[in-house]
Amino acid sequence: MDATTPMFPSAYDLKAPAGAEGWEDLYPYYLKFQPALREKEDQKFWFCDSQHWPNPFKPFDTLTVEFAVKCLGQYNTRHYLVPPANGVDYRIHNGYVYMSPIGVPPEKIEARIPQFMERAGHYFQNWPTLLENWHKKVKANIDEMEAIEFEKLPDVVPMAWVKDGVGLDNTTALTENYDRMIQLIYRTWQYHFEFLNLGYAAYLDFFGFMKEQFPTIPDQAIAKMVQGHDSDLFRPDDELKKLARLAVELGVAGALKKGSAEEALAAVNVLENGKKWVAAWEAAKDPWFNYTTGNGFYSTDKYWNENLDIPMGYLRDYVARVQAGETIERPMEALHAERDRIASEYQEMMSPEAAEAFQGKLGLARTVYPYVEDHNFYIEHWSMGVFWKKMRALSKLLHEEGFWPTEDGMFYLDRNEVRDVIFDYGNAWATGGDWAGPAYWPEEIARRKGIIDALATQAPQPALNNPPEVITEPFTIMLWGITSDSIKNWIGSDDDSGDMVGMAASPGAVEGIARVIRSPEHLNEIQQGEILVAPVTAPSWAPVFGKIQATVTDIGGMMSHAAIVCREYGLPAVTGTGSASSKIKSGDRIRVDGNTGKVTILS
Amino acid sequence: MTSFTLSFDRIGTKDHARVGGKCASLGEMTQAGVAVPTGFAVTTDAYLAMFDETGLRGEIETQLASTTFDDVVSLERSAQAIQIRFRSHKMPPEVEAALRADYNAMGDDLPVAVRSSATAEDLPDASFAGQQDTYLWVVGADAVVEHVRDCWASLFTARAMKYRHNNNLGQIDVLMSVAVQKMVNAQTAGVAMTLDPLTGDRTRIVIDASYGLGELVVSGIVTPDNYTVEKVLMEVIDRKIFDKHVELVPDVIAATTVEREVGADRRQAQCLTDAQIIAVAQLAKALERQNKCPQDVEWAFDADMPEGENLVALQSRPETVWSQNPVEPAKTSFSTGMMGMVGALNNPVGSKK
Repeated sequence: MDATTPMFPSAYDLKAPAGAEGWEDLYPYYLKFQPALREKEDQKFWFCDSQHWPNPFKPFDTLTVEFAVKCLGQYNTRHYLVPPANGVDYRIHNGYVYMSPIGVPPEKIEARIPQFMERAGHYFQNWPTLLENWHKKVKANIDEMEAIEFEKLPDVVPMAWVKDGVGLDNTTALTENYDRMIQLIYRTWQYHFEFLNLGYAAYLDFFGFMKEQFPTIPDQAIAKMVQGHDSDLFRPDDELKKLARLAVELGVAGALKKGSAEEALAAVNVLENGKKWVAAWEAAKDPWFNYTTGNGFYSTDKYWNENLDIPMGYLRDYVARVQAGETIERPMEALHAERDRIASEYQEMMSPEAAEAFQGKLGLARTVYPYVEDHNFYIEHWSMGVFWKKMRALSKLLHEEGFWPTEDGMFYLDRNEVRDVIFDYGNAWATGGDWAGPAYWPEEIARRKGIIDALATQAPQPALNNPPEVITEPFTIMLWGITSDSIKNWIGSDDDSGDMVGMAASPGAVEGIARVIRSPEHLNEIQQGEILVAPVTAPSWAPVFGKIQATVTDIGGMMSHAAIVCREYGLPAVTGTGSASSKIKSGDRIRVDGNTGKVTILS
Repeated sequence: MTSFTLSFDRIGTKDHARVGGKCASLGEMTQAGVAVPTGFAVTTDAYLAMFDETGLRGEIETQLASTTFDDVVSLERSAQAIQIRFRSHKMPPEVEAALRADYNAMGDDLPVAVRSSATAEDLPDASFAGQQDTYLWVVGADAVVEHVRDCWASLFTARAMKYRHNNNLGQIDVLMSVAVQKMVNAQTAGVAMTLDPLTGDRTRIVIDASYGLGELVVSGIVTPDNYTVEKVLMEVIDRKIFDKHVELVPDVIAATTVEREVGADRRQAQCLTDAQIIAVAQLAKALERQNKCPQDVEWAFDADMPEGENLVALQSRPETVWSQNPVEPAKTSFSTGMMGMVGALNNPVGSKK
């Protein structure tokens, strides 16, 4: 490669695929690369975050990246003044999101240190009480979102309102509820990062210390020392396991086996012990079935509580395994003992001074780390589940009022256009005329849908422009697993050999038959003992982890959800291979080495 | 029961001076439940009996008196003469009877290895240990008796004598014990170090392995496979496979070992399975824990024993290079708490090359 050719293309040279012309109209101006800024933008390194956003955005869904990344930034830049790191800039191009971390100029870093010590220090010192308060805040938002209902505008304002002299009409609640939903989820995304960046910072300190002590220590060994096993993130899966065992114990397992979830529940309910089991199922649902098969970032995410056939399918697998005499529960005590064994064996190899520092850093990392796992349930699963449920209800209402031909039409509008639609609806209702939307949106939505479908035919670039000589931005390294080495892998990813290298994310080495899964709807195709190969996985795929031998993903670092779940379930994992899901075909025999990060196609 | 021999499972701490380093270690391993081929030590009492009851002591003293240690020819001639003296005497009858009884108790004409087990006073330098002889695949009581005597005689090679002379160690006061140990029919064998010999990294176990008996690995005649295991996670993190062209195997009829060329199909193959690599690593790790310092372990997989029970330890001794020279002066202060975090953020480890 000559010195003048950038390693990755410029966004300004990346044309949209055929049929996606005009995609720029779908997204607000601040989310796009502006031609006038080309010189400046081309100087920066941008990497595609396909780990969180693997598919092109529908206009409404961009709020997930906007709120998440804005809120990540605010904590680095404005709350804690993380010395070397501001936030992460981001742009949407050809439907995918590209990120560029913003560092702090070296001469300004020092002045931020005392600020950081006081601000972040306060959180570390008061972690349990502040976290308890966090749970209250997040739950209050969930409760408020749950209470919000969108109702069709009636023919007339209720008589009681007239008699009470309310002086307002039904459009008021509709408008305010919509705005309130957006405000609530915006607040929730701020809470998401209130603790997360600090959790990563403490982990990074522990991680760096271990690497200094033992330069060759595997990253996964460090992760294993802090990983909790009773995380709320795995609770939904644990609940299904409990329900499976209870079904066998109560003798209702047979009735569960047939038909839809609804039919199975009805069949169980008439049995002698059935009511007891159904009550346990109902109790588990709230809140643990607020669990998506995706990652919470798309309006198309399917949540268990709205799609009971999904948990029922997993439950049936577990029932069969309990009946076969298998132990499906995770051996918690053994897992905790193993975590302590690993920590103590490394400690034994340290000097007494280092061992003391190790104890302090490990203690802090273990205090803060559970948040890194737990928050995912409360925000991405539970809060976002409620948010999407309410938004889908609003979209359906407006569909029934004729604004668009399908129930999901609203998600082809951005969140501000939805405000316009609500005003249009209320405006015409008030004037007694016709709302304009039904004449405008069906055609426009069809056009937008065509563009998004076309965008999806083209995979994103792994990155844009030239990477810096060394990646130093701590959160880029932690969150996205992007290091100078991993970038080299992206470039080497188009050679034709059967070997791929990714991140050694969870230990162990196995050989087996690959199953390539591109979306959660196909999870049921996985057979016992296969190796799951996917662009990216979500924590909610956990129930299939009992069936598989190993996992390989295209995207993700040491702290990606696939890596966390695999370590939790004791399966080898290689993440961030760049291209495994396109190079490997279902049925291929592959070798996965979670110790070296190597994946080989054998035949 | 005489004091001339001592079975591995009976060697106590108080016996270490009488059985030498190798037998003491085999005794400790046996008693700790480590799989070690059975056997016994021929103690220094047996050596002393030979020395004092046969007139050997006087003969050697006379020979030494006329030796010029700085004259290579004189030294070599003296060494030869002393070794001939050793072989010209029969073992004292009670020593020979004890040896034969213990050997016969191991089984009918069981092939054994006869190895010298140096005493600490004699051999402060581990690298010197190889100067004493090892005899493999020895069969029959007569042959065992003969080779024990040969081991004793090997104390008086020219090189050993010169070494003692240069280090002001007495020539006549050195004592030797001998190990008689069931021969392993090694499918594969080699050495495991509980640290990385190239870097001193104690989080790793590095294993050299090849086909047949381990002697060819130790002597460097074959380039063994080289595996690296992460010591805490117990995972194989590196496998280097080499061309293992030759193996040392028993020649049962001739009652000896022979070097045999390895077939083309096996030469380039990984000689241990991953499960076997982990088993060797676990053995080495257990021995390191038991001895409380990094170890250099000789091991073998015995072809005559069932899978899962066929890994045996042949020797475990302290690693001497890195254990004496720490990798670098230990850092004694670490930034902790918030300052630690500031340091980590300003200089994240992933950014280092």
